[in-house]
Amino acid sequence: MRYIDPHIHMVSRTTDDYQRMAQAGCIAVTEPAFWAGFDRSSAQGFYDYYRQLTEYEPKRAAQFGIKHFTWLCINPKEADDPGFAREVIALIPDFLEKETVLGIGEIGLNKNTKNELIILEEQIALAEKYNQMVLVHTPHLEDKQKGTRIIMDAISASSIEPGRVLIDHVEEHTVSEVLDRGFWAGMTLYPDTKVTPQRAADIIEMFGTERLWMNSAGDWGCSDPLAVPKARLEMAKRGHSSETIDQVTFGNPQTFLGQSENFKLE
Amino acid sequence: MSDSEFTCPQNREEVINTYFMEHRAKLIDVAAYLDRLDRARPVGDETDFRDVAFRNAIAILTDGESQRARRILDLLSDHSTEIPQSAEGMKGALGAPLVAATEGGEA
Ligand SMILES: [Zn+2]
Repeated sequence: MRYIDPHIHMVSRTTDDYQRMAQAGCIAVTEPAFWAGFDRSSAQGFYDYYRQLTEYEPKRAAQFGIKHFTWLCINPKEADDPGFAREVIALIPDFLEKETVLGIGEIGLNKNTKNELIILEEQIALAEKYNQMVLVHTPHLEDKQKGTRIIMDAISASSIEPGRVLIDHVEEHTVSEVLDRGFWAGMTLYPDTKVTPQRAADIIEMFGTERLWMNSAGDWGCSDPLAVPKARLEMAKRGHSSETIDQVTFGNPQTFLGQSENFKLE
Repeated sequence: MSDSEFTCPQNREEVINTYFMEHRAKLIDVAAYLDRLDRARPVGDETDFRDVAFRNAIAILTDGESQRARRILDLLSDHSTEIPQSAEGMKGALGAPLVAATEGGEA
């Protein structure tokens, strides 16, 4: 069996995790730029982070036969100061030329503020200008539903096709609107917040397998880099066919990500 | 429900065989959590908005309607429409909207 974990923050994980993921069948990961758990003190901090994502992580992953791809942006949590955020955004175009960059992400909202929205819109414009795909982070818990709608409206106001945008961290109250508007939807398998493997299987039973994927979003917090193979087992235990399981954990990510010419598995 | 709406590959008996023990444990966890709250000294006379929302959400479990997960998540969502300028001084997400305590949780 083989699978893709299309959203995982490997910079926060150990090399052992790469090894275990490879053993569980992982052949590719995509890593969006995100918040490091603390606010960086300068734009230079992001420059170093983008170098880590585009130069160092692909090599570390390759040791275990895993292809590593990335998405670049300033995350919404550090985007509350528009002046600072613009300094960081100015660094991104040069990095878009690196061969493992798939697009702009994970952009979105955190506390659904005007400042966050301004920077979200500027990064949507950046994706438009450079013809990039977009990976979206939606807010946590009580802020998710409101934030997901604001984000979808902002993207719909641009010329970016919804089929080139994945809205991540969907749950039962946001998934149908995301799919109805033509976007792709990602389910994040987290131990306490977001969805469990059981609920991910439930959502597939309710909404089908089209334009849906699942990811571990493994990071520096409580999270599980093996969440995707565990969800595969959960689906198998419940009697889903191997075609269905492969579609949501391999075929769908491959189809969506394959819209970028930089996404090559061979 | 029509046959096409039975989208779970397992029949009901199989679902129960697979998941009953897991959810029995979670159910007792919820009961024990509420008992723990009974044993805990109150702080002031304010009800906590999260606790109000939690108890309203429990009612959804037994109202006989479907789509319980979606409706509970909806209940636990912020339905305000204003967009504040900055997140400066704001807390992170707490899992329930602040309005739940003042409006009795109807959201
Ligand atoms: Zn993430």
